[in-house]
Amino acid sequence: MTQGEPLLQVRDLVQEFVVRDRGGVKGGVVQAVSGVSFDIQAGETLGIVGETGSGKSTLARSVLQAPRPKSGSVVFRGTDLTTLRGSRLLRVRRHLQMVFQDPFGSLDPKWRVRDIVAEPLVAYRTGNRGERVDELLDLVGLDPSAHGGRHPRELSGGQAQRVAIARALALSPSLIVCDEPVSSLDVLIQAQVLNLFERLRAELSLSYLFIAHDLALVKQVSDRVAVMYLGKLCEVGPGDLVYREPLHPYTRALLDSIPSTDPAATRRATTIKGELPSPIHPPSGCRFRTRCPRAAERCAAEEPQMRELAAGHSVACHFPLSNVPAGNEEAVPAARTTARSEE
Amino acid sequence: MTEALLEVQDLQVAFAGGGRELRAVDEVNYCVYAGQTLAIVGESGSGKTVSCRAVMGLLPHTAVVTGSALFQGQQLIGLSEDRMREHRGADLAMVFQDPTRSLNPTMRVGAQIAEAVRAHRPVGRTQAREEAVELLRLVHIPLPERRFLEYPHQLSGGMRQRVMIAIALAGRPRLLIADEATTALDVTTQAQIMELLLELQAELGMALMLISHDLGLAASYADEVIVMYAGRIVEQATARRLFSHVRMPYTQALFEAIPRLERPAHSPLPVIGGRPPDLAALPPGCSFAPRCRHAADDCRAAAPPLAEQEPGHRWACWHPVNGGAS
Repeated sequence: MTQGEPLLQVRDLVQEFVVRDRGGVKGGVVQAVSGVSFDIQAGETLGIVGETGSGKSTLARSVLQAPRPKSGSVVFRGTDLTTLRGSRLLRVRRHLQMVFQDPFGSLDPKWRVRDIVAEPLVAYRTGNRGERVDELLDLVGLDPSAHGGRHPRELSGGQAQRVAIARALALSPSLIVCDEPVSSLDVLIQAQVLNLFERLRAELSLSYLFIAHDLALVKQVSDRVAVMYLGKLCEVGPGDLVYREPLHPYTRALLDSIPSTDPAATRRATTIKGELPSPIHPPSGCRFRTRCPRAAERCAAEEPQMRELAAGHSVACHFPLSNVPAGNEEAVPAARTTARSEE
Repeated sequence: MTEALLEVQDLQVAFAGGGRELRAVDEVNYCVYAGQTLAIVGESGSGKTVSCRAVMGLLPHTAVVTGSALFQGQQLIGLSEDRMREHRGADLAMVFQDPTRSLNPTMRVGAQIAEAVRAHRPVGRTQAREEAVELLRLVHIPLPERRFLEYPHQLSGGMRQRVMIAIALAGRPRLLIADEATTALDVTTQAQIMELLLELQAELGMALMLISHDLGLAASYADEVIVMYAGRIVEQATARRLFSHVRMPYTQALFEAIPRLERPAHSPLPVIGGRPPDLAALPPGCSFAPRCRHAADDCRAAAPPLAEQEPGHRWACWHPVNGGAS
């Protein structure tokens, strides 16, 4: 890996699943991830926010090659993972770990905490395992002598998630993919675990791909935030910019849906209507257009490409909300007429 | 807002098992008025759900429920199952977290709503069907005649929750209890369902109780908020007042731990250590004292009573935030 090259470079990632009707007849193709590209620099946290069915978990798994994506490239530390197999893939993947949503579902109930944390060390045949396990448990805020001998069911949700994090750290990875890592925890425990993620990032200079449905939570831990809708990224940018000046109408809708903790703040009416379309038959053009208050004919005809409107702040929308470049200002009415004249 | 629709007094729920008594709910009292939205907020195991289920008579027989819950002057605690059933659905109804598990997967949703209609009123099949379609329309399900014939698996999570609300409304209840009704839903769907609940409340003049772990949701949608910890009410005020004049350090900790958009990225969240206490072995004194930043010797010696210390604001703390001054 040369200097300045991103730690992870994902290009045009596509993942599809065939759904079968009765009798095993091909019923349709779920377009779970459709051409997603992003970079993660060393030491950076990229947050991906999206709702159920947006494809964010599939995206995480495709990055880890579990299962392999249908097409696209995942270049990690200079190597394209999609071209690797067997032991060569394993060698690279030790630097790429994952933490899942449900800690109890991802820890073997019959194993003791020590054995769970030691498993990756055994798999990669490293020495001094006992010492390393103590060190890892210590690192995530668990007492090796008190918690090491317990089974997962003897732990609270927060403690179990700490064990899962210790296991992910065992092989000193450079990137951890976190898929909704705190959403099953109560708010006070959630804050403790979020702070742990931040401390580990600073101490071990880790990078995270942090996936969650909660925009405020993602912003809290991320340097940059990407918003995902129905298998595609619609906006990417620095966290505070995406929150302060969202460019995509979907991002705006997500922000408006967050309950404010301030009852004096006027509640905005729901700006997004209807439901997520089927990923088997996604809308033509822009996938958000069926629920978008700004949708025009052009949105159905032409798929908006990701374009950078401000430094590091990109959007895939024909009629973005603000930061419209000169000549295209007060875009909507003008743009609508342009859209018609083009047809 | 003069006479309470539901008045809960000294509610206590205990579970006995393994030679230990576990007090899930203790000394809970509150009132709900017609047209009001009351939120009960707390973490897992704080007793928020158990206290409401006790009022609804939905707890297993192992639960020992004492105290009083008057619905329009009628005692609900200790009623026989048959008598309770007359109130359930007609006076108070409940919507649960997981609509998938609450709906019958082998029955069309329309039939399930019609069944609920007929359970409450002696109407014929045709009229029940018409009322069911009307209820689907009331909860804003598009093409209600077509959805009527669909099965739960054909609906999205948000739609299923709308069907659950339609079923809960079938008996025209005066009080609707939504127990984590939007927790399993996405944030945009959650906003849609909350708007629907508030709209229905205004339209039908119901009282609404929101049971939630989410203080943000409560502050944003409720008139009045009750905060529970380890089975007891620790603070109660109007949403507006609670937000601007939080008194109980536990409520403050809950507020601070919520990741907020206004916070700069990577700033450490203010956290408190520890976990909620074991309900079978509560510490003497204030049950929050072991985790509290303000805890002193008096907190560990005696439990502070829940009292109205400022007009319309109750809290249970010896050392409130800002010394209890505005």
